Amino acid sequence: MMQMLEGSHAVAEAVKMSRPQVVSAYPITPQTHIVEALAEMVANCELDAEYITVENELSALSACVGASAAGSRTYSATTSQGLALMFEVCFNAAGMRLPIIMSIANRAMGAPLSIWNDMQDSISLRDAGWLQFYAEDNQEATDLHYLAYKVAEDHSVQLPAFVCFDGFILSHTYEPVDMLTQEDVDRYLPKFTPYERLDAADPISFGMYATPEYYLEFRYEMDAALKHARDVIHKAGKEFGTMFGRDYSALVEGYRLDDAETAIVAMGSICGTVKDAIDEMRADGKKVGLLKIRVFRPFPSEEITKMLSHVQHVAVLDKNISLGAKGATGLEVRDALYGTKIPVRNFVLGLGGRDVRKKNIREIVALTETGQGDLFYGLRREVL
Amino acid sequence: MALAVGCRARPGKARDNKTGSWRVFKPSFDDDKCSKCGTCRTLCPEGCITEDEAGNFVPDYAFCKGCGLCAVECPKDAITMKQEEK
Amino acid sequence: MAEKCELFEPGHRACGGCGAALAARLVTKAAGTNTIVVSSTGCMEVFSTPYPETAWKVPWIHSLFENAAAVASGIEASLKKQGRTEKVVIMAGDGATFDIGMISISGAFERGHDFTYVCYDNEAYMNTGIQRSGATPYDASTTTSPAGKCSFGNKRPKKDMPQILAAHGAPYVATASIAYPTDLMQKIEKAINTKGPCYIQLHAPCCTGWGFEGDQTIAIAKLAIETGLWVNYEMVDGTVTKVKKVVRKPVEEYLKTQKRFRHLFKPKRQDAEIAFIQAIADKNAEKYGIDIKLKKE
Repeated sequence: MMQMLEGSHAVAEAVKMSRPQVVSAYPITPQTHIVEALAEMVANCELDAEYITVENELSALSACVGASAAGSRTYSATTSQGLALMFEVCFNAAGMRLPIIMSIANRAMGAPLSIWNDMQDSISLRDAGWLQFYAEDNQEATDLHYLAYKVAEDHSVQLPAFVCFDGFILSHTYEPVDMLTQEDVDRYLPKFTPYERLDAADPISFGMYATPEYYLEFRYEMDAALKHARDVIHKAGKEFGTMFGRDYSALVEGYRLDDAETAIVAMGSICGTVKDAIDEMRADGKKVGLLKIRVFRPFPSEEITKMLSHVQHVAVLDKNISLGAKGATGLEVRDALYGTKIPVRNFVLGLGGRDVRKKNIREIVALTETGQGDLFYGLRREVL
Repeated sequence: MALAVGCRARPGKARDNKTGSWRVFKPSFDDDKCSKCGTCRTLCPEGCITEDEAGNFVPDYAFCKGCGLCAVECPKDAITMKQEEK
Repeated sequence: MAEKCELFEPGHRACGGCGAALAARLVTKAAGTNTIVVSSTGCMEVFSTPYPETAWKVPWIHSLFENAAAVASGIEASLKKQGRTEKVVIMAGDGATFDIGMISISGAFERGHDFTYVCYDNEAYMNTGIQRSGATPYDASTTTSPAGKCSFGNKRPKKDMPQILAAHGAPYVATASIAYPTDLMQKIEKAINTKGPCYIQLHAPCCTGWGFEGDQTIAIAKLAIETGLWVNYEMVDGTVTKVKKVVRKPVEEYLKTQKRFRHLFKPKRQDAEIAFIQAIADKNAEKYGIDIKLKKE
C-alpha cells in the first residue's frame, strides 16, 4: 500500500513488521526518529519486543549480541560517532556470526563534528565482516531491511548486516513508499531459527579465543560466508521480486549503462541526482550511464568488471575518503577493473552534507572525459 | 575436525588437556586419617577430587596440578605433598 | 553441597592454587545447570576457553572487556521474550568491573535487569600481568603502581563497588570470599533467586599476582577477613543486614604474607604506611561492626 512516509518512519515500520524480539536503542541524529517510532509502537502494544534504552552505543550493540546469541531476532540503529563507539563490538558480532541488523542513517565523522550526511561512518567499517546494503531512496531503505534479515539469518551466511541510507536526505525526507502488510512480511521472512543459541538444554561456549593455530581459518570462513552471501542475496532478492514486484537479486544496477561511453559509479541517494543528470546529458546526445552499487559488502567485483567492460571512462563518486589515499569505492572499482585499460577517476564529494546537484554531475563527467579526477570535487579554494 | 562456526564449542574438550603434567609435588591421601569432611573436594581449584564408593576422597592425577591447597586446608592433616619422581 | 554437580571442568589452564578457578567452580555449582554465564575478558575467560577446549558445562559467552553487563542485558531481555527460565550470571574480574565496565554496569543496574553480577576480585588486572585497577588496595605493588625509591605502590584505597551498586537500587548486594565456600554459595543462590540486578563481589586471592605459594590461597583469603581489610557482608535494598564478625588480627599478619606488600617490610619497615593500612581496616571494622567484643572476666 502506497504511503507518504518520512524515511525513518518507513524503516521503523519495516523493522516492526520483521518482528524483532529485542530492540536496543540509543539516540543519535539523524537516526533518532527510528528508535522513537519503535518506542511508540512498543508503548502502544503494536510491537511485541523488549525495548532496552541502553546507556551508550557500545552497550546498544552489546545488548544485541546477547539477545541474538540467546536466540532472538534483534535490531538497533546508529550512525557516525555512535557507530564508531561500537567499533570493537562490530568486529565481535561478525566474528561471533550473529545475524544482527543495524540501520545506519549515514552521517559524517567528527572532527570536525558534523550531523550531516556522508558515508564515512559505515564505509570505515567495511573490514568488519558485516554485509553492507546502501539504499537509493526510501523504498529501498525499507525493503532492504527485510532482505537483510533474510540473508543474514540464512544458515549458510550467519553474519550481521548494515542497512545504510543517507542521513537527513533519506531519513528525514517524505517519499511515497509502497509498504508491505504484516502478512506479506510473515510470508517472506520466517521466524528466526538460530543455527545455535545459548541454551541450558545444549550448553555451548560462544566466543572462545583462537590461538594462531586457528585464527586465520576462522577469518577465512567469515570471508567465504560473506562472499557466498552473493548467492543468498540473488535468491532472496529474486523471491522478493516474485512476491512483491521489486527485484533485489542484483548487487548492482545499471541505468542507461549498456551503451554508455562514460560510466558513473555511485551508491546511495546521490544516484537519484545522477540518474536525472544522465537523462539530461542523454537528451544532449551524451552516452553516459550509471552503475549503482546497492551491496558494498560483499563487494560486487565481478559484476563491476562485467558491466563496465565496454566503457571508455569511469567516474567513481565517493561520499567518503580514506584520508591520505582515495575514496573507498574508487579504490575498489579500480581493483575490479585491474588489467583493463579503462581509466577510473575518483571524485570525493558531498562530505559533511555538501549538496550535490545535477550540474555538478555534468561537470564531473566533463572532468573525467578530459582525464581529470582523483580530487575533492567542489573544493572551496577561497576559504583555504 | 571441522571448525565450529563463530569459534564455539560444546563441553568436554578441556579434559583433553592433562594438567597433571604440570605437577612438581604430588598429594598423597591417607584414608585412615580422613574424617570425610569433603573440604579437599570443595576447595580444589581443578575440581578433580571425587568421592569413591567407600567414601574416600581420590584426586584425579591426570589433572591434579599439585598446588597443595588440599594438603594445607585438610583439618586432619591427612594429605601430604611429596616431590614427584618422574 | 555434595549432591550439586560440577559444572566447571578440570583441564583448564589456571595457575595451580588459583582463587578465580575455585570461584568459577563454586559459583557454577551454586547456580546449577539452568544458567547462562557471561564472562568478560580476563583470566577466567582466558584460562577456561582456548578453542576448542572449554571448561564450562553451562552455556557461556565471552562479551568483550567492558560490556558483560550490556550483553547480559540483551540475553535477559531475549529470555524474557521467549518465556525461558534460565538465569543469567555474569562473571567478571575487578578490572572489567571497577574500571572499564563501569558504564555498562551502571546502565544495566539502573535499568533493573534480572541477573546476578559476580565480580571475582583478585585486586588487579591479572591476565595482562598484574596492573593496578580500581580494586587494588592501598600500597599494593603492581606493574603500573610499582613500589620503588619514591613510591610505596598503589596510592588509592579500593573503590567501594558494593555501595555504588546498592546506590543504583540493587535489591541484594553481598561480598564473599573463597575462604568461606558455603557462605559464598549461599549468597550466589540468594542473588540468583532475588529478582533484579544483584551484585556479589568475591575475594579471590591470586598467588601469581600477589606473590605467595599456591597452597596458601585459602589461608590468605581468611587473613584478609580476619584483619578487616576485607569484610564479608550482605545488603538488602541498600541496608547492611549481615556481617561476618571476627576477632581481629593486626593487618601486618596479612601484609607480610604477600610479595606485593614486601616493600612495607624490606629493606626497612614502613611504620607510617602500615599504620595507614591499619586505619583502613579500623575504619572498615567500625563501619560494618565486625569486631567480636570479647567479654572481660
